[in-house]
Amino acid sequence: MRPNSQPIAPIEVDARGLRCPLPVIRLAETAKGKPPGTSIVVLADDPAARYDIPAWCRMRHHELAEMTELPSRPPSGETSNVPTSPDTGGLPAEGGHRGYVRFQVLLQA
Amino acid sequence: MVATAVEHSAILTTGRHHAAAAQDPSLFAEVPVDWSGRVDLRALQDALAVPATVVAAVQCANGEIGTRQPLERAHELCRTHGVPLLVDAMACLGRDPAPEHFDVMAGDARSWGGPGGLGVLVVPARTRWRRPGPVSEIEHGRTDVEPMIALALAAAEAWRATQADRADQSARSSALLRRLRAAADHLPDVEVVGDPDNALAHVLTFSLLYVDGEALVTELDRRGFAVGTGSACTSSTLEPSHVLAATGVLTHGNVRLTLPLNPVAPALADGVSRFIAELPEAVAAVRAHLGAGDL
Repeated sequence: MRPNSQPIAPIEVDARGLRCPLPVIRLAETAKGKPPGTSIVVLADDPAARYDIPAWCRMRHHELAEMTELPSRPPSGETSNVPTSPDTGGLPAEGGHRGYVRFQVLLQA
Repeated sequence: MVATAVEHSAILTTGRHHAAAAQDPSLFAEVPVDWSGRVDLRALQDALAVPATVVAAVQCANGEIGTRQPLERAHELCRTHGVPLLVDAMACLGRDPAPEHFDVMAGDARSWGGPGGLGVLVVPARTRWRRPGPVSEIEHGRTDVEPMIALALAAAEAWRATQADRADQSARSSALLRRLRAAADHLPDVEVVGDPDNALAHVLTFSLLYVDGEALVTELDRRGFAVGTGSACTSSTLEPSHVLAATGVLTHGNVRLTLPLNPVAPALADGVSRFIAELPEAVAAVRAHLGAGDL
């Protein structure tokens, strides 16, 4: 729960291409000194992030508000979901980038 | 086929391959475990109740995190559903009393200080069992190669020695592991993995926030300690250990300690003391290298 009703724009951490434990370290660096209610969005394609970002939230008592699997990596600068070809059964096309995960973290007191 | 999510990858990859080859994911059910790595018995029961289930695999204990499985209860459930229980006893033979609740049990002579290259399959008389493929006359049809007598004798002798020493070994391991667990618990930002109360006395695993598992293994190696890790950065697939993943713990900065048997490590207590003294410094050094000392 946010302490006041003012919406706060989320801070984005693009950790795609980084290997463990760097995505979690980038998240922790971003969270440092930020007030409760701050929303941080992390994008990560390291397979360990799907375990370690929830673990960080649990260990630091922050809320993992959302965790969404996204199928492929859009061009840099964009964070929108890119539809995949129906020919590949929803998986990224052969030779394409691996999927990534979008985490939304809500800092708690 | 049914297996817990923390079985050895030799079982999981075989089951997944079988299901994938038949293009039928329902042929192989992986039963979830709780935070400690203990199998969810309700989910196991549901999986066993699926018609045409032919076998269930439940390990005696996990070699990565030490957690023991409730074999007696699992065997009861299997019997209720008429499904044979395969127990992988690799992690516990020579350490715990040999499991009693199984239909077939698999082990490795190295677990109790025996020679490499000798697997053991325990098939009680009550279990109907036939070797796949053509039946030979060797060993009443239980194998198709002549047994290597020297290897079997060496394994039997090691078993006898380990059994004679087991109570003493177990007491010493437990005492050392308690000290190691206390030391790990005192590290900043740590998750000690597994069941603290019902686990093997010679395995301890913990994960450290903001630590690169491979860097820590290298740092400890430099200091003369050989440890394992389930962190992804050391695997070619970039996937962390499936056991850590199944329990939902932090997977990076993972360290796995396995205490060797007494005969091969007479100075173990000294090594443990030195490890406990040096571990905080090694962790701090690796964290500082990543600029994560004050996060």
